[in-house]
Amino acid sequence: MSIGWDEYQPNDFYDELISSPGNARKPAQKLLSYLKSLDSTDISSRKLAAESAIKDMGISFTVYTDEGNIDRAWPFDIIPRVIDKKQWDKTDAGLKQRLQALNMFIDDLYNDQKIIKDGIVPEYILKQSTNYRKECEGMSPPFGVWANICGTDLVRDKDGEFYVLEDNLRVPSGVSYMLENRSLMKRVFPEVFEKVNIAPVSDYTSKLFETLASLSPRKIKKPVVAVLTPGIFNSAYFEHAFLAQKMGAELVEGSDLVVESDDCVYMKTIAGLERVDVIYRRIDDMFIDPEVFHKDSVLGVAGLMRAWRAGNVSLANAPGAGVADDKVVYAFVPQIIKYYLGQDPIISNVETFLCYDDKQRQHVLANLDKLVVKPANESGGYGILIGPHSTKKEQDKFAELIKANPRNYVAQPTLALSTSPTFIGKDNTPEPRHLDLRPFVLQGKDSYVTTGGLTRVAMEKGSLMVNSSQGGGSKDTWIVDVKGGSK
Amino acid sequence: MMLSRVAERVYWAARYLERIESTARLVSSYESLLLDLHSDVKLSWYNLIIITDQQEAFNERYSNRSERNIIKFLIGDSDNSSSLINSLQCVRENVRTTRDVVPEEAWEQICELTIYARDNLEQGVNRRSRYQYLDDIIKGCAQINGLLLSNMPKDASWEFLSIGRNLEVADMTARFLEAGLEAVLILEDDNAAVNSQQTIWGSVLRSLNASQYYLRTTKAPVKGDEVMPYLLHDTVFPKSIHHCVVSVIRSCESLPNSEAVVKRLKTLERKLVKKIDFQNVSNELLEYVHQLQVSILGIHSVVSDTWFIAE
Repeated sequence: MSIGWDEYQPNDFYDELISSPGNARKPAQKLLSYLKSLDSTDISSRKLAAESAIKDMGISFTVYTDEGNIDRAWPFDIIPRVIDKKQWDKTDAGLKQRLQALNMFIDDLYNDQKIIKDGIVPEYILKQSTNYRKECEGMSPPFGVWANICGTDLVRDKDGEFYVLEDNLRVPSGVSYMLENRSLMKRVFPEVFEKVNIAPVSDYTSKLFETLASLSPRKIKKPVVAVLTPGIFNSAYFEHAFLAQKMGAELVEGSDLVVESDDCVYMKTIAGLERVDVIYRRIDDMFIDPEVFHKDSVLGVAGLMRAWRAGNVSLANAPGAGVADDKVVYAFVPQIIKYYLGQDPIISNVETFLCYDDKQRQHVLANLDKLVVKPANESGGYGILIGPHSTKKEQDKFAELIKANPRNYVAQPTLALSTSPTFIGKDNTPEPRHLDLRPFVLQGKDSYVTTGGLTRVAMEKGSLMVNSSQGGGSKDTWIVDVKGGSK
Repeated sequence: MMLSRVAERVYWAARYLERIESTARLVSSYESLLLDLHSDVKLSWYNLIIITDQQEAFNERYSNRSERNIIKFLIGDSDNSSSLINSLQCVRENVRTTRDVVPEEAWEQICELTIYARDNLEQGVNRRSRYQYLDDIIKGCAQINGLLLSNMPKDASWEFLSIGRNLEVADMTARFLEAGLEAVLILEDDNAAVNSQQTIWGSVLRSLNASQYYLRTTKAPVKGDEVMPYLLHDTVFPKSIHHCVVSVIRSCESLPNSEAVVKRLKTLERKLVKKIDFQNVSNELLEYVHQLQVSILGIHSVVSDTWFIAE
C-alpha cells in the first residue's frame, strides 16, 4: 500500500520538509523522493527495526510517576528533520554570540555588576533571582566562562526563521539522544546516507572533552575529568553514562568523591585516593555541596565549593551560572549582547512580556487566553499555561499566581511552531506535528555548536508539548549541504 | 586507576552473569537426572532449592513443591532475588552503572538477553520448550563472556571481573558437590545404588559442563572418588575449585593493597591440597565440602573490605 504523501497538508505552519502539497524543500528533496518509494509495509518494517534497535541499544529515559520510576524506551520518529546548511551556519554563529554574551553577563554579575550600574538591566533581576548564588561572588572561572555547556531551545515560526525560546545554562540534557538518534538512523536507513550530504554529529563528545580538559587547574598533560551523576534513578542517567563512556571520563557519584583538608577533590579508587581536576557535574547547584547548600543532600560532595573557590577543581557548569537561566534575564539578552559585544543579535528572541512591569502585566492579564505564561525558573515544561489550550479556571489560577509573584512570570505570544511530517498510527500516514530544536553550545577556550541538535516533536495532534516527560518524541536532525552536490 | 564503586559493580556483574549460566545448566541437567534415575530413588525438584540455599524464600512464596513452582521460582520469579530473570536484571543494572569500562557491545547484548529471557519466560517454565530456552540463555552468556574476553584490556577492571566469576564458579562447584554427596548418602545400600551413584555424579559433572574433560583427564568411568578430586583439585579445569582459587590469587596479586586477601586465599589453597579419603562417602566428607564453601564465602568479605566502598 503506497503512502499518501501528496495529501500531506502543513496548513498555516512552516513545514520543515514540505513546501507545498507533494513538493519538498530543496534540502529535503532527495529524502522525500526516497520516502515516496517506500510503501506502508516498508515503513512498518523500518519502524519495527528502529524500535528493536532502541531496546537493544538500551536507549531509555526515566519518567517519574506516582507509581514509581519507569524506565521507558526512547520515543523516535524515523522521518528526519532537515535544515539547510546555509541557514544553519548563521544559526551556529548566533548561538556562539549569545553564549559569549551570557557568560560575560554572568561574570559581570558576580564581580563588578557594571551592566546594572549602567542601567541596562534592572537591579530587581538580581535581588529576586532564585539562581543567583552569593557564594560565587568575586569568583571568575577559567576564561571568565561560567556556562561551558548550554542547551538553547530554538523554534521556527511561520516566517521560517529560528527564534531562541530559552537558554538552558544549568544542567541541560538531551545531547546523548541527539547522538543516538543518528546511530539509529544509520542502522535503519543506511541507503539514504549514500544519497544525501548529511553533516556528521559525532564529534560532540570529543569537543566536550577538550572543553572540559581546558578548564583543568593543574596544567598537566592528562587532567582527570569526571562526570558527576546523581545516580541511576535520575531521569538523565542514561546520558551521564553515555557521555562518560564516549569521553573516556570517569562516571562518579557523590559517594565516590571526597574533599580533603588540602581543599582538593579526590576519587576513591582501589589504590586509594586520586585527585580530580575537572568535574562535569550533572547535579543542580543546590545539591552539590551539603556544607554550603542543602544540608541533607546526599548526592553531592561536602567541601566541593571550598575546593572550587580555592581554584583546585573546575566545575562545569560553574555554580551560579543558572542566574542567566531565568526567563526574565532572557528578555534582556538582546541588550546584553549589544552591551558586551557591541553587536546586534544574530538570532532573535521571541517577544516576551515581563509581568514585573505594570503595563506589561496588565497586557498579560488581559490576554491570558492567547499567551503562553511561563515561570521564570522552571524547566522541563512544568508550570506552564498555554493560553489557547487552557480552561477559564486555569487562566484564573495563573492570574492569581502572577499577581502574587510578578517577578516570577513572563508571557509570550503563542508561536506558530513549525511542523514536520511524522508517521502516525498503524497505516503510517505522514501527519504534521510541531517540533523544536535543542542545539548544544560549548564554550571554554573556544566555542563549538553541535551540527543541528536534538529535534523534539509533540506526538499529539496540535500539541506543542515536546518534552519527553510529557509525551514528546524525537527525530534525527540533518544539516544538509545543497550546494555540496550529491555523493 | 579504577573507582572502588566501579570495581564492585564489575565484580557483581561477573558473579551474576556466572550465576545465570549455572542456574540454567543446573535446571537443564537436573531434568535429565530425574529422567535417568530409577523411580525408587527419592530425589525431587525441591533439591534444586536446597542446592541454591533458598528454602526459606521458596517456602514463603509457595506451599506446593511442584516442578512448575520450583522452575518458576528459579527462572522467572521477580520476588526471588536470585532468579535467572532477576540475575539478568542485576547484570544489566551493574553494567549500566559501569558502562564506561565494559565494552559497548556487551551492554547491547545484555539488553538483548534480558529482553529475550523476559519475553519468552513461559517457554522456560513449560517442560517441552525448556531445554531450548535454557540453551539459548547459556549461549547468550557465552557470547557476552567471549566478547568481554576478546575486547577488554586486561587491567584492573578485568581482574575484578575474573575475581567475581571465579568466586561464583568455586561457590557453585562446592554447592553441586555437596548436593551430589547428599544425594549419594541417602541412597539405599542395594544393587541399584552403584548405578544411581553413577547417574548422580554424572549429573554433577554435566551441570558444570565438565563431563568431557573429566573423561579425558581421569580416563576413568564416572564415580565419586574420581569426580570429587577432579572438581576439587584439578589445576587446569576452569570449574575446579583449586583452579578458581589459584586464578583469584593471581588476579589479586596484580591489584594494589592485596596482601590480606592473598593471605586468606593461600590458607584456603592449603586446605584444598590436604589428603582426603574419597573412597568412603561419609558425613565428614560432606562437612569438609561444606566448610570449603563457607571459606569461599569468606573470601568475598575480604575482597569487599579491601577494595570496595564501605557505604
